[in-house]
Amino acid sequence: MRAVGVTILFLGPLRDVAGRQSLETNAPLDWSGLLEAVGPDVAAQLAEERVNVACRGKVLADKTALEAREGDEVALLPPVSGG
Amino acid sequence: MRDIRVLAEPFAPADAIAALAAATPQAGGIASFTGQVRAGDDVEALELSHYAPLTLPGMQELGEQAGKRFDLLGTTLLHRIGTLRPGDPIVCVAAAACHRRSAFDAVDFCMDHLKGAAWFWKRERRDGEWRWIEPRAEDHADLARWR
Repeated sequence: MRAVGVTILFLGPLRDVAGRQSLETNAPLDWSGLLEAVGPDVAAQLAEERVNVACRGKVLADKTALEAREGDEVALLPPVSGG
Repeated sequence: MRDIRVLAEPFAPADAIAALAAATPQAGGIASFTGQVRAGDDVEALELSHYAPLTLPGMQELGEQAGKRFDLLGTTLLHRIGTLRPGDPIVCVAAAACHRRSAFDAVDFCMDHLKGAAWFWKRERRDGEWRWIEPRAEDHADLARWR
C-alpha cells in the first residue's frame, strides 16, 4: 500500500476496459474525481447500477458517496461470475 | 465445524467432504456439490480472479447465514482462484445437518450465493483467446429465490 494518494483497482473485465490493473491518483477522491480519473470507458461502466465500488475493503451502499483519503484502496467491481 | 477457504492450488473435494463427515458424527446427512471445469467444450483453461479483502469475509458471512438458516452442524465452502484446466474442481460446497432436506437446501443456497454474490470473476481461453464470462440471467433468478 502506498503512503501517498489513492489506488484504484480494476477488477475482472474492467481490467481490460481500463487497459490496466490499477491506477494511482491524488487524494482525496470523490465520485466525480473517480469518474474523471478512470477515463470515459470505465466511467460509462461505473454509471451502471450493477457495477459496485469498494473503499477500504467495504462495498459502498451508495457509490456516489465515495470519499477516499490518503492511502485508501478503491476497488471497481463489475458483475460477478463465480462458482 | 466450518471449513471456508479460497484456494490457489488444486484440491480434492472428496477429502474435504470426508473431513466434514468425520467432524460431524451427530449429523444425519451430508449433502455436497462440486463444480468443475467442463471438458470437451473447446475450453483450454479457466481463470478465476477475486478481490481478496471482500472474498473470504463474504464467504464466511455466507457460511454463517447458511448455518443459522438451515440449522447446520457443519459447513464446507471451498472456491478456487488461479488458472484451472478441464476436469479441475472449481468449487465444493458441503453441508452436514440432522435431516437431508436442510442439507440439500443449504448446498443449493450456498451455490446460488457463490455464483451470484461472491466476489469472483471468470474468464476462459478457447483457441488461445481469453474471454470473460458474463453472469447469466438465471444466476440472478436463482439468487432471488432465497429472498
